[in-house]
Amino acid sequence: MEANIAVSSEKKPTWGGGGVRPFGASYGKMMMWFFIVSDALTFSGFLAAYGLTRFKFIDSWPIADEVFTHIPFIHGEFPMYYVAFMTFILIFSSVTMVLAVDAGHKMNKKKVTWYLFATIIGGLIFVGSQAWEWKTFIKGSYGAVKTTDGKILQFVNESGKQIALSDFVVGDRGDDKVTQTRKNGLWFESGESVGQYSVAQVISSYNANPSIQIRSEKIDLDTKQKIILSREKGAAELAKAKLVVEGANLEVNEYGNTIFADFFFFITGFHGFHVFSGIVINIIIFFNVILGTYERRGHYEMVEKVGLYWHFVDLVWVFVFTFFYLV
Amino acid sequence: MAHAHDNSNVKRIWMVFGLLSVVTIVEVALGIVKPDFLHLNGIGTSWLNWIFIILTLVKAYYITWTFMHMEGEKTWFRRAVVWTAVFLIIYLVTLLLIEGGYLFETLAPLVRW
Repeated sequence: MEANIAVSSEKKPTWGGGGVRPFGASYGKMMMWFFIVSDALTFSGFLAAYGLTRFKFIDSWPIADEVFTHIPFIHGEFPMYYVAFMTFILIFSSVTMVLAVDAGHKMNKKKVTWYLFATIIGGLIFVGSQAWEWKTFIKGSYGAVKTTDGKILQFVNESGKQIALSDFVVGDRGDDKVTQTRKNGLWFESGESVGQYSVAQVISSYNANPSIQIRSEKIDLDTKQKIILSREKGAAELAKAKLVVEGANLEVNEYGNTIFADFFFFITGFHGFHVFSGIVINIIIFFNVILGTYERRGHYEMVEKVGLYWHFVDLVWVFVFTFFYLV
Repeated sequence: MAHAHDNSNVKRIWMVFGLLSVVTIVEVALGIVKPDFLHLNGIGTSWLNWIFIILTLVKAYYITWTFMHMEGEKTWFRRAVVWTAVFLIIYLVTLLLIEGGYLFETLAPLVRW
């Protein structure tokens, strides 16, 4: 063993590199940085894959500020405001974290405790907001129709504004299908639930209402708007419809390309998981601070190390925010 | 380190917070308004997208340098982390985006709209 290590670890604490500090950084801090590098590369891999896919479908990609338009408790369309709020929460919790680190340098236990507490609250608000954002995305806002060749058809009124299926679809499904439940006292194989509208119903409602037009996924490169089809072309596309889509999941997506939803769930989910684990780590450190662990140890470097992780989570969000919602 | 300049540290943290907030507000405002001359023109991608990307890098710089205290680390430790990450990320993104563009050119003509 002696031959393999540069510095004898005898009579020194071996955990943490035996007090050796290359580049003047402690073992723990250096390893946190190297972990962050590898984690940054993981996220870059995801975002670059998102970029590749988006370039692949550059003429039909969903327009983000038409997708994420909701804020809690208020009806209407408010693109971006809610994600902007989430971004602020995360930046602010980063600030309270760096203030906790700063108070730690001054050995001010009370301030470290309160700032760390604020950081945890900020993290919880962020994860909660993200859960709400997921719920809204899964539930959907307008509903659309998917064709046999995999295109999504949305519906607009005469002023070109998107409208929901419930705004124009009339009549009943026309096929007497209902979702059976155990309460009906029937023996049944479990199956997919039957949606509110059938394809035939949507087609007949479209034909009956001449003010409705169909919006395709295709983007007009001159205006960067989705192309709205003429009534005749719309009817021809609608004839290929096979599925009424409401909301988004890993298999269908009313806002457009399914892979957009896949990336959304995967990347924001992976980031959300990082935030969640960051909160757990922060809570552990928070209790250690209260118990006086770092007071006895003589320094608050542990707060600094989890702080690095927390800032990294914020850093990743800055990029996710840009490439998912802005660009 | 922190003992030397006690209150200026806290002041600087709030300054950076203000800066990050302003940058975010500008981004969101541009994202909502989407002025046509920025949104519809540009080289490579729209000017608006370039503005977003540059502002994002500005934010990333301030988060890393101030909040993560990279400015206080030894020069070569900083370089070991930053250069490695930046080089590999640029490499990966360049290759994947070129490939994405190629896929579009190859596959898009096959789609009938």
